[in-house]
Amino acid sequence: MAKWLASLGRIGLFQWRVLRATDLRRGQLGDIARQLYTVGARSLPIVAVGGLFVGLVISLQGYRALETIGAGSALGTAIGIPLYRELGPVLAAILFCGRAGSSMAAELGLMRATDQITALSMMAIDPIGKVVAPRWLAAFISVPLLTAVFCAFAILGGYLQAVWALGIDAGFFWSSLQNSVDLAEDFGQCFVKAGFFGVATALVSTYVGYHAEPTIEGTSIATTRSVVHGSLMVLFLDFLLTATLY
Amino acid sequence: MTDSSAVHFDRVTLKRGHRTILADATMRLPQGKVTAVVGPSGAGKSTLLYALSGELAPSDGVLTVLGQRMPRPSARELFALRRRMGVLLQGNGLLTDLDVFENVALPVRMHTDLPEPVLRELVSMKLNAVGLAEAAELMPQELSGGMARRVAIARALALDPPLMLYDEPLSGLDPIACGVILDLIRRLNDSLGLTSMVITHHVTETLAMADHAVVVANHGIAYEGPPTGLAEATDPLLRQFLDGQPDGPIGFDYRRQRQGGQRG
Repeated sequence: MAKWLASLGRIGLFQWRVLRATDLRRGQLGDIARQLYTVGARSLPIVAVGGLFVGLVISLQGYRALETIGAGSALGTAIGIPLYRELGPVLAAILFCGRAGSSMAAELGLMRATDQITALSMMAIDPIGKVVAPRWLAAFISVPLLTAVFCAFAILGGYLQAVWALGIDAGFFWSSLQNSVDLAEDFGQCFVKAGFFGVATALVSTYVGYHAEPTIEGTSIATTRSVVHGSLMVLFLDFLLTATLY
Repeated sequence: MTDSSAVHFDRVTLKRGHRTILADATMRLPQGKVTAVVGPSGAGKSTLLYALSGELAPSDGVLTVLGQRMPRPSARELFALRRRMGVLLQGNGLLTDLDVFENVALPVRMHTDLPEPVLRELVSMKLNAVGLAEAAELMPQELSGGMARRVAIARALALDPPLMLYDEPLSGLDPIACGVILDLIRRLNDSLGLTSMVITHHVTETLAMADHAVVVANHGIAYEGPPTGLAEATDPLLRQFLDGQPDGPIGFDYRRQRQGGQRG
């Protein structure tokens, strides 16, 4: 228990150092823009394709369930509510962990192994400010945006499945979606969760990467940890947020 | 600074955890001179560098660097001190996502508010000093080992520090590149009025160009003085190291090395 608390304390202190080191002057803005492209924009294809397939599957499974009670036309509801409340933010964050979180952890681990972090420190440049804070901020900004993309493509997938493959009227689909999804309750919940997941994935990836052992094995362990711990953290936070806030 | 020394170790003990790396070490880096620090692997040469740069606090003794007494300056004081020293790490530490120009410009951008044209001029001068003005747009991955080392030297010099610390600047380089780097270290030291410490395994070449020599062995300072004095040394420990003899006071066996380390 004491060890666990000590780890939690170290992570908290690391987060505090990252926030303190965030300074948009001295080139950090350029570093953030570069990282937004690397971790955010380059994650778009996997998130979009992932969203599309999730939409296709929910639509198919939802239709089968609703058809048993003769409510197939309410498919928009069956897609919208679980997507915005759970699947969108959770799956987008987990995909982000696998695509960008692992790459951030590997980069930081390699920078540690190749003396780049020590060199920064020797030049009196705070490595947290130079290499960690831009990645942390980029991840924090990217996760909610990618969640929006994920949800948009999931809705598109659901629509294609429902209207083109299952023959549901497009008007029924959109009206049931519009009537069932509440702006504050569902859409709001989606982005509050995405914000928390953004912090969690950014923190886990940068923490394990920055503290990796300066060896090839250390980098490999950090990369794996960023995905495993990041995904578990997202699932744990999802439960916590759903149980306490909604 | 003590007298004409840029750095002074006065009975300094350095430990990593419970392990003593150097015990009771007394040595100095004379102002304006090139000091070669040589010694067998694992003797604690690089640990000297970590102590000098404030990464490792002495557990005993007094360490004075550029007039500032270590061990525990605040983070702000430590960073201010590091701006006055250039460090070349064994692995160079060039940022792989920046080209040569931006690597050298990095400390200048971070610590000064120089206008861009002045900064470009300054970086060009530094690259010119190491003979790489034409390589400014190359990425670190495109450089040979010797070129990467020279870029790292240019970056370490970017803020015109009075003290330069080189950790194994010759490792992994061919004899020609070794000669180029040693010549560069000597020329930069003399033309810029620096104080330099060169930690190396390349004993013969480095001692030939150094003004002052320190031998670190068996967890202490085995010799300090002019490099010429080493040629005449009769101490069995120094002879074993300089002549490369497998048997002698310096233990090859790890247990013997550790036993030497426990004495502090």
